[in-house]
Amino acid sequence: MGMADTIVRVGMASCGIAAGARKVYDTIKGLQNTDYLKFNLQQTGCIGMCFREPLVEVIDENGSYLYGDVDAEKILEILNKHVRNGEPVRDYIVRTDLFASQDDPFWKGQVKIALRNCGVIDPENLDDYMRQGGYDAVKKIMTNNISREDIIQMIIDSGLRGRGGGGFSTGMKWKFAYNSQNETKYIICNADEGDPGAFMDRSLIEGDPHAIIEGMIIGAYAIGASDGVIYCRAEYPLAIKRLNIAIGQAHEKGFLGKNIFGIDGFNFDLYVKEGAGAFVCGEETALMASIEGERGMPRRRPPFPAVSGLFKKPTNINNVETWANVSWIVLNGPEKYAAFGTEKSKGTKVFALAGKIKHGGLVEVPMGIPLRDVIFKLGGGIQNNKKFKAVQMGGPSGGCIPEHLLDTIVDYDSVTATGAIMGSGGLVVMDENTCMVDMARFFLDFTQKESCGKCTFCRVGTKRLLEILTRITQGEGREGDIELLEELCEQIKTSSLCGLGQTAPNPVLTTLKYFRNEYEAHIFNKKCPAHNCKKLLTYTIETDTCTGCTVCAKNCPTNAISGERKLPHLIDQSLCIKCGACFSKCKFNAISLS
Amino acid sequence: MRIERILTMNQSAAAVNVDLTLIDAMLTHYEGHKGAIIPVLQNIQTTYGYLPANAIVKASTVLKLSLSDIYGVATFYSQFRLTPVGKNIIKVCHGTACHVQNASAVSEAIEESLEIKDGQTTADGLFTLESVACLGCCSLAPVMMLNGEAFGKLSGKSAVKIVNDVRMQEKQK
Repeated sequence: MGMADTIVRVGMASCGIAAGARKVYDTIKGLQNTDYLKFNLQQTGCIGMCFREPLVEVIDENGSYLYGDVDAEKILEILNKHVRNGEPVRDYIVRTDLFASQDDPFWKGQVKIALRNCGVIDPENLDDYMRQGGYDAVKKIMTNNISREDIIQMIIDSGLRGRGGGGFSTGMKWKFAYNSQNETKYIICNADEGDPGAFMDRSLIEGDPHAIIEGMIIGAYAIGASDGVIYCRAEYPLAIKRLNIAIGQAHEKGFLGKNIFGIDGFNFDLYVKEGAGAFVCGEETALMASIEGERGMPRRRPPFPAVSGLFKKPTNINNVETWANVSWIVLNGPEKYAAFGTEKSKGTKVFALAGKIKHGGLVEVPMGIPLRDVIFKLGGGIQNNKKFKAVQMGGPSGGCIPEHLLDTIVDYDSVTATGAIMGSGGLVVMDENTCMVDMARFFLDFTQKESCGKCTFCRVGTKRLLEILTRITQGEGREGDIELLEELCEQIKTSSLCGLGQTAPNPVLTTLKYFRNEYEAHIFNKKCPAHNCKKLLTYTIETDTCTGCTVCAKNCPTNAISGERKLPHLIDQSLCIKCGACFSKCKFNAISLS
Repeated sequence: MRIERILTMNQSAAAVNVDLTLIDAMLTHYEGHKGAIIPVLQNIQTTYGYLPANAIVKASTVLKLSLSDIYGVATFYSQFRLTPVGKNIIKVCHGTACHVQNASAVSEAIEESLEIKDGQTTADGLFTLESVACLGCCSLAPVMMLNGEAFGKLSGKSAVKIVNDVRMQEKQK
């Protein structure tokens, strides 16, 4: 291939753009097809290595080279040396098929099924998706006349379980909806990824929207639905844009609409419904209430959605990642999918790695891999070589898993046994400087705001939990607080209607279980072992490093700092309100915390 | 609790005259649609930047929906605002990853620089500052979004610089 056939591909998911990929893309576009440079410029979705964004891949006659931390300057060098002269710039390469590079551990052990096309294809190009075998699964069903029962059996046999966190067998769910007799049935994709610290669904949609549409077409055919809704949160504008582009393309090709794929009477249409900002809408009955235009408040089950769901019609609802697996299973066979994983959890799981981890990003691993491997091998360990403290799984419904349980394997039942939950796949890593009481307070602040208010114990109980936790982090904890927290948690768990309330106490319960000593240090010794809770810190000025510049004294709101110009200053602890103003203003790092 | 949203919004709700003809076509489009309240409110907010009281009343009349139902929905979802907002909206992410990476330093620095608190709008109407739950760019934490564009790996200083750049551009206009 000559230079004109070289492909330059830029990772343009939201996270890439946040890191500056748009600027890089525009720079490349400005230079494309000039006299000196001819190449094929493409955009793609999330490549997964968020910690190296912006990412640019150059594919030439020898193979693929992925460049990381690219900026407007580096890209000029890459275009000049690599694309024009055929000499790869080794210093910036983070991955290539041709030789080992420093970030290889991030890729080792990953199995990409749901993410198979993310970072590979242009998500706004249907031909790209079709070249990767896109829509072949539906065609396979139509040409081989695979019956609806057989499709459902395939999904049951694959062992696929709800990837939104529920973990219920997807095939069984389909079977219930299939068995419900009704002329109108609905199918829904839950893309209301409200869990703070998770971005799997966003990346999947931004990187491979057609995979979700194809999965839904198969699901609709299997259960006999003719209308579908993708409920996507409004905070994901790029995901919504790409879904709408993909739906339009599928319409043009006759993959959506009336008599699709040339099959008489197979009608299926789909639209995107923008959420309006309510975490509880991730709960399936609340989500359906929201589509119906009401306040997103959960409803009693039974009747289950498979019997009476959206607009009181039988409805099947699955999460984005679940849908993304469907066409792969149909095309490759359920046995191949079930070959990955453990006895009760089959296949792969996508995780979003974030927090104090070196390699923050998106990974897909086979079920059964130990959490330690995900965090320390793929994730590269902890930033700044600090000490690992805990990993938070499952967001506000989940819990913190401590160091001694890191050999827990990724599997629904093993994770649940720790007190956390598999959840949708957000892994937030915490180091020695993260205060676990503050973490529990953070999550309760979230659930308390997001409680819809229907159940008393959730509405009032989470508020009381938050008040107690806030008190403890401010040094006003009392004897008996821990027992009070435990009692409240139990009551909220047992007296709430939906998952939000039933799981809201989990962050408190798991931190109490594994980090009780931190609670006790706050309550009895008025100390925060992680040096995180401001009110429990003591600020002192180190006389050796203080230059007497007076900046701290000028910024102190209570005039607690005194001292002569050019001489070391002193903080009067009885006046200090621990606001931290001096600490953040000092240019000489002369203020120490203890 | 969602009730807090209603309380805080009511205090500053101001009656402003807006051009209601702007939403005529949209309302006609949704007449008779089931489940239309949320998209209708989203459209109104896109038009005016918030939900003016008289626009809600008009929607209620045209779509034959009770005012209390619409108000109930408008106050339930965090996307909807009942008061006008600034020209530029700053959303500072306070998701788990951003919290762990000290997102409060970003909020505090912007609060100090713009002399407003979280949820408020500057006196010149240029900026509104909001805290949001998660923008989904967790591996670039802490993150903020300014007019729909996300910025990652921020510190208090770099966040203020981005805001100041926008302010400079506004002044040059």
